[in-house]
Amino acid sequence: MTSYIAAEEHGGSILIPPVSEIIVGVVAFAVILFVLAKFVFPRMEETFKARVEAIEGGIERANAAQAEANELLEQYKAQLADARTEAARIRDEARADAEAIRQDVLAKAREESDRIIAAGQENLRTQREQLVRELRSEIGTLAVDLAGRIVGESLADEARSRGTVERFIAEIDAPAASGGRR
Amino acid sequence: MSKSPNVLAAEFPPGVESFDFGTLVPALEGTMWAQAVTKITLLVWLSVAILIVFFLVAYRSPKVVPTKGQWIAESVYGFVRDGIAKDIIGNKHGVRFAPYLTTLFVFILLNNLWGIVPFAQISPNSHIAFPITLALFTYVLYFAVGIKAQGLGHYIKSSIWVSGAPLWVQPILVPIELFQVLLLRPATLAIRLFANMFAGHMILLVFTLGGVALMNADAVFLKPVAVLSWGMAIVMTLFELFILSLQAYVFTLLTATYLQSSVDPAH
Repeated sequence: MTSYIAAEEHGGSILIPPVSEIIVGVVAFAVILFVLAKFVFPRMEETFKARVEAIEGGIERANAAQAEANELLEQYKAQLADARTEAARIRDEARADAEAIRQDVLAKAREESDRIIAAGQENLRTQREQLVRELRSEIGTLAVDLAGRIVGESLADEARSRGTVERFIAEIDAPAASGGRR
Repeated sequence: MSKSPNVLAAEFPPGVESFDFGTLVPALEGTMWAQAVTKITLLVWLSVAILIVFFLVAYRSPKVVPTKGQWIAESVYGFVRDGIAKDIIGNKHGVRFAPYLTTLFVFILLNNLWGIVPFAQISPNSHIAFPITLALFTYVLYFAVGIKAQGLGHYIKSSIWVSGAPLWVQPILVPIELFQVLLLRPATLAIRLFANMFAGHMILLVFTLGGVALMNADAVFLKPVAVLSWGMAIVMTLFELFILSLQAYVFTLLTATYLQSSVDPAH
């Protein structure tokens, strides 16, 4: 019975805290709150942030690398296309050059041959003319000599003889000139 | 009446005196500081020491890729930060209160856990002083946050005025809301935790000491019942594990809810 009375006396006290316990509680909780909230959890937030950045940074880096690779690929493709058109252009040019050179050479050769032919013809013509001229004088003398011998008399009369020879040569020359043109 | 309930089956049935622990420093006997150094306060300091050492050691050199200890510490923080703070208070302000809420959570959890740790076998939170202390911290914090975030007048108005209710109901609602904000919130916070831990300890005492009493009983047929009683004590210990975790969670959750109503008046 006494224990029940004692319990009831205590019973009031379970809801009325001793001041010293409250003080202990306040100090203890303040200490742990201070340490954890100052030295531990902010660093955790930093780590979380670093982790997010690491992941996002990784993705970003990968994206950047991808973009760079694409850019390089485009660049190479463009360069390749450039090189192809350049090669085609050079080929075309070379072909055109070759054709031009060929034409040039041909033209030159033709010109040369024409020139040579013309020179030959000129040469031939002057020689022929010279020959004709020489022949003309020689034939005159020869004919006069022969005629003098055959007739046996000197045709000393210069003026008569010259007229006779020239008439003779003109007679010979007329058909010869029409045939020589051919 | 024995001062030491540590002696098995000191008395049966257990009563409120089972929660009284004598001071460990005889010099303080009879002074107001007698209760400052007892098994209870020793366990509180032990909790503080264990948590501080654990977190500081686990986080002495944090890595982006965590070690096992760091991962556990981060998981505890992440659980409260993402599961309670961000979830209840919102992404914008939640992270700001995560350190306080996490500290609150681990401190209550470990102190509750002493209730079922062999040889400790008593939770400091079964002494109302500690739940009251924690409730006071929360109380001061959510008032301070509310006044800072909304201004004194606006905070009081948003706390007691039920927007949307018809004007003629307000004379009834305002006193109720006022009573709730000023007294009910901290009182229920403290009493819920205290009562759960108190009752839990009492139940374990009843089954454990009851078993001893049955074993010592003169009637032989009562002795097997003692085994049943101890079996129940084991079952109840497991049940206690559930309750004490839940209470730590509930205390933190409600604190977050009160902080949310301080930060965000639109509630």
